[in-house]
Amino acid sequence: MTSNNIQLDNNGRLKHFLTTEGLNKNLLLNILDHAESFAGVGDRAVKKVPLLRGKTIVNLFFEPSTRTRTTFELAAKRLSADVLNINIAQSATSKGESLQDTLRTLEAMHCDMFVVRHGSSGAAHFMAKHVSPRIRIINAGDGNHAHPTQAMLDMFTIRHHKKDFSRLKVAIVGDIMHSRVARSEIHALTTLGVNEVRVIAPLTLLPARVETLGVHVFHELEAGLEDVDVVIMLRLQRERMRSALLPSEQEYFHNYGLTEKRLQVAKDDAIVMHPGPINRGVEIDTHVADGERSVILQQVSHGIAVRMAVMAMSMGSLVDKQEEKT
Amino acid sequence: MSSDKHDIDEILAEMHSQLLSYLKKSNISEPLIIGIQTGGLWIAEKMRSSLNIGSPVGELNIAFYRDDFSRIGLHPRVTPSSLPFEIEDRHIILVDDVLHTGRTIRAAMNEIFDYGRPASITLAVLIDRSGRELPIQADVVGKRLALKTDEHVKLLGPEPLALEFK
Repeated sequence: MTSNNIQLDNNGRLKHFLTTEGLNKNLLLNILDHAESFAGVGDRAVKKVPLLRGKTIVNLFFEPSTRTRTTFELAAKRLSADVLNINIAQSATSKGESLQDTLRTLEAMHCDMFVVRHGSSGAAHFMAKHVSPRIRIINAGDGNHAHPTQAMLDMFTIRHHKKDFSRLKVAIVGDIMHSRVARSEIHALTTLGVNEVRVIAPLTLLPARVETLGVHVFHELEAGLEDVDVVIMLRLQRERMRSALLPSEQEYFHNYGLTEKRLQVAKDDAIVMHPGPINRGVEIDTHVADGERSVILQQVSHGIAVRMAVMAMSMGSLVDKQEEKT
Repeated sequence: MSSDKHDIDEILAEMHSQLLSYLKKSNISEPLIIGIQTGGLWIAEKMRSSLNIGSPVGELNIAFYRDDFSRIGLHPRVTPSSLPFEIEDRHIILVDDVLHTGRTIRAAMNEIFDYGRPASITLAVLIDRSGRELPIQADVVGKRLALKTDEHVKLLGPEPLALEFK
């Protein structure tokens, strides 16, 4: 079994959701379609469907997060699941072992699904590999590796505004190197068949051989933004300045900060996205963040629907009789 | 074998007249009409136009309310439910094509109550076939059929509407 199809059950259904890499177009579209169905639930008098009644979902966060954890929690509650939030300060010692111990403990509590955020790349894969077959794992961000639900809620937002992926030019701007969001987005965008994916960043914030992922590399913001339909800004972490990858926030904003003026070269109906939390005046100007092309707050509400879809799909694959025997 | 179009029109006419007298008897005015996807929706559209109901038909997709999720998982993609009106204190006519086990209707009523508290729900079906597993009965029935467990009837449509027997 390869590391990719650990995500699928014997019938090709989504079992664990660990990364957008290696999932086919149909499955990704399926997630978006289901999310569409779930999106309406938030507008009703009772914002709940009984799908996961009696299931227990554990938010297992080894790294602090507010919006991701909250939207996962809301998504689980709207599916009528019971939710447990566990925040574990990451211990530096023998992560492998302690993670396995944590798993065993939670398994003993008869939980059904773990939503995992961890500072180490591969943590969610590790858990999926070692967890008992009745339990489902959703990756809520692992190290620099993947953040698949964020990528899918961005895809949902893009489709919501642009309908068809095939003609789109999408630019991802900022710290590509350290961004699990960027990686998951690039895989999702190329699988969904967008016309062009661009990454715009200084050399120091680009991973080596990033072109092999099927993207075009730009080092200058204006050149990269020309004619694009979608601009995805990434959060710049302040640690990057300390580690000397960047000179200063001011200089970064001067070169890569998104302003209304710079946005003029993009398509007239271009949308601006950001996974949040945003650093106003560092990667994005306040007028753009609050401007009419910004869909940043929509991304948040779409996140709930997408997370409902992924949880329901993955829990729904639990019912394979053959698999239960193994 | 399939029945011809004529049959369906007769059944629809029967539903229409039953529905009229039922609404009158129950003193229901200005009802809202909700169809269960997909066949129920087609019938609901017919009833809406023959009863001259002003509001559009509400669409119910009960996929998230089925009682077999833990057995067969999430159903393939279906159009989301859409009730383009407030149902609070309104009279609802719930329409489906075939009433069989009653489980779909149970799920539909559960979903309706998540939108609000209707004044009443009237169940109208094109076909009432044998095989009920829950204490649910229709108020308006186009046609009753006694079928064996392995016999099935399905509504094909939307244009033209036809019944398919297997």
